[in-house]
Amino acid sequence: MESGLGLEATELRLGLPGAGGEGEGAKKRGYEETIDLKLQLQTPADVKELEEAADNMVKKTPSVKNVAQCGSIVEPEKPPASKAQVVGWPPVRSFRKSILSFHSDKGGSNMEDGEKSCNSMASFMKVSMDGAPYLRKVDLKMYKSYQELSMALQKMFGSFTNNGNCVSQGMSGKDFINESKVMNLLNRSEYVPTYEDKDGDWMLVGDVPWEMFVNSCKRLRIMKGSDAIGLAPRALEKCKNTS
Amino acid sequence: MDRAFSWVAAFPDEVWEHTFSFLPTDADRNAVALVCRSWHRIERLSRRKIFVGNCYAVEPAAAVRRFPEVRAATIKGKPHFADFNLTITDWGGGAGRWIQSMAKGWPLLEELRLKRMVVSDDCLEIAARSFKNFRVLSLASCEGFSTAGLASVAANCRNLKALDLHENEVEENCINWISHFPESFTSLVTLNIACLDGEMNVSILERLISRCPNLKTLRLNHVTPLEKLVGLLHRAPQLVDLGIGMLIGEGHPGLFSKLESAFAHLKHLKNLSGIWEAGPLYLPAIYSICEGLTALHLCDSSIQTPELSKVVSRCKNLQQLWAMDLIEDDGLIAVASSCKLLRELRIFPSDPHGLAQPVYLTQYGLLAVSSGCVMLESVLYFCRQMTNSALLAIANNCPNLTCFRLCIIEPYTPDYITQEPLDAGFGAIVELCKDLRRLSISGLLTDRVFKTIGASANRLEMLSVAFAGDTDAGLHYILSGCKKLRKLEIRDCPFGDKALLDNADKLEAMRSLWMSSCSVTLGACRLLAKKMPRLNVEVIDENGGGSLESWPDDCHVEKLYIYRTIAGPRTDAPPFVLTV
Repeated sequence: MESGLGLEATELRLGLPGAGGEGEGAKKRGYEETIDLKLQLQTPADVKELEEAADNMVKKTPSVKNVAQCGSIVEPEKPPASKAQVVGWPPVRSFRKSILSFHSDKGGSNMEDGEKSCNSMASFMKVSMDGAPYLRKVDLKMYKSYQELSMALQKMFGSFTNNGNCVSQGMSGKDFINESKVMNLLNRSEYVPTYEDKDGDWMLVGDVPWEMFVNSCKRLRIMKGSDAIGLAPRALEKCKNTS
Repeated sequence: MDRAFSWVAAFPDEVWEHTFSFLPTDADRNAVALVCRSWHRIERLSRRKIFVGNCYAVEPAAAVRRFPEVRAATIKGKPHFADFNLTITDWGGGAGRWIQSMAKGWPLLEELRLKRMVVSDDCLEIAARSFKNFRVLSLASCEGFSTAGLASVAANCRNLKALDLHENEVEENCINWISHFPESFTSLVTLNIACLDGEMNVSILERLISRCPNLKTLRLNHVTPLEKLVGLLHRAPQLVDLGIGMLIGEGHPGLFSKLESAFAHLKHLKNLSGIWEAGPLYLPAIYSICEGLTALHLCDSSIQTPELSKVVSRCKNLQQLWAMDLIEDDGLIAVASSCKLLRELRIFPSDPHGLAQPVYLTQYGLLAVSSGCVMLESVLYFCRQMTNSALLAIANNCPNLTCFRLCIIEPYTPDYITQEPLDAGFGAIVELCKDLRRLSISGLLTDRVFKTIGASANRLEMLSVAFAGDTDAGLHYILSGCKKLRKLEIRDCPFGDKALLDNADKLEAMRSLWMSSCSVTLGACRLLAKKMPRLNVEVIDENGGGSLESWPDDCHVEKLYIYRTIAGPRTDAPPFVLTV
């Protein structure tokens, strides 16, 4: 039930926390709390709360008195994450995908299923960039599209590229943004974003639909362009074969 | 000979048959069949369409025997709450026995529509081979089949007009099933494959479309590449209903104008549905067809309100709008001022579990639409806050509502201004909307609202209740009132034995009752089953199944499904489903 909540506790690496992604890994990395890079990224609710919510996933218990928060006025605040989720509520077809990518399944969101919706809590990926002195972490569930991810990566790693502001050149109103094109913006600094998928293969970011990417990505690596030749065809092949 | 009804013999059977063909509903035909034996005989031999709302209500063989000349059958399986995973897997609803009986008794069957049933590939194969004149296959919310089954339908149904797959769980093991339509096949009018996940071979699809000049409905799945979409659209300018997939692909500038031009050629387009993953940049490509649209389904779209507003404000003839709550109040205000012919509004939650920032969709949006769109009849609305005064205003604005489904996402949410229950608001809906046939209620509700519903909702046929009520009286009000109630589904309410037992007869007048996480005991179920032999009282026990007899009467029943039937207890129930 805890997938996606930072299970790299056992890995030793020199990495700074990104996007508040302590999770279970915090135990081994006490020193990281002293170095805290503030990101402009939206942070999810406290990860600890998410863990509690995960533990509270109720599959069978019908009692929802503990769920009720009567009289809550809708405000644009941080979402309350520590809620037990009830099977089959709200009554949305499991077939209907959550378009904010808060689902994990291919054919349906299974949002009502208490166990499975746990997976949708966070999806932190390590992001490394060739030549950068440290890695970062991003939560893919916070983004709805490649465009958003690209902007976030640019903010994170922009200082390491030759032209740190290359993003702004491409994102003007009439530009017809698509996945690979957006990713290619980083190309202007000769870097290519790639990712390792569930099968362990390294793929070019941007070839598959966003949701498919979120579900299959395990880690990101921003490669030097020269290393990335030959990745594109495999990405397309995967897309065909993935059900 | 019916001596008392010798006037029947004054006309030959064909005359009566012709007369009956004007009767609009099955209920009318059923009434006719009760008049005398001759009419019963004539009616049953001339019935061409049959609707079976609950596949377990009657034995397939019996239905086939009684109506031997049926050409179109619609059959529904699982209860509605199965859509939300409230039943168990393998609950039932298998189509096999029906298909087998139909294959034997209705070889001339032309149309088959199944909803919430388990359909195997074998079923599809049998259907494809047995019905020589098969024209329409519609599967909605079904499961159990794969694209291999679809391949055999494609290969064998020479005159197929419609293949309509709506929100099914399909195993995709046969990538090129579309190529099984023979080259000589040209009869397709409807092709809806939106629920499939796999990539289609677009050139085969193109050839199929090119040779089917009568194709009116084409709903593609979400992985159709953008470039290819343009080609497909050019081959089918006569389309009336189009569903497109994700708009992703190589974003070269020429593509936009190609797309725009392709859409502009669809002069007859009335319905548009689809997913717009690439978002707002391609949206202007559809501006040219907006004015002709009567239905727009953007319920898997991540488009935000500014762009959405630009689209809807061009859709002056829109009658049906399905969208995500990303449309927000602002977008709905745009709808209210532009879409004066709107009849149906459905707003779905983009973030049902409240994991992200809430969207600005409140009661104001719905209020605006109710005020601006006087023809509004049908509403499905997911939101997070509501007030009694808004509901009252909506009821006053739209007295012609036939369907009102409001889901306030957080259970037990009261009127957020007064903190009172929403009894008054929903009460106004049922009192002022006299034609209301379907109602779903939510939020903080006491027994009072049920009293009002029971007393006033005289045309109500389907009611969905969740997390509502104080005592058994609530259920009693519903069952003792609501004269036309056919389907009742309840979850997480403090309703129990007494109301059920006091209203046992009502249950036989209804199609079905679902109750889960309420306060029903096994003893009451036993009493009910004993009293009402033509009801199946099914108890779902997820913990172990096993022998029902050994359990005590005061044992709590978690999930209960009661339905009327003339077929007796069903024989295909899994071990967890026990008929009392």
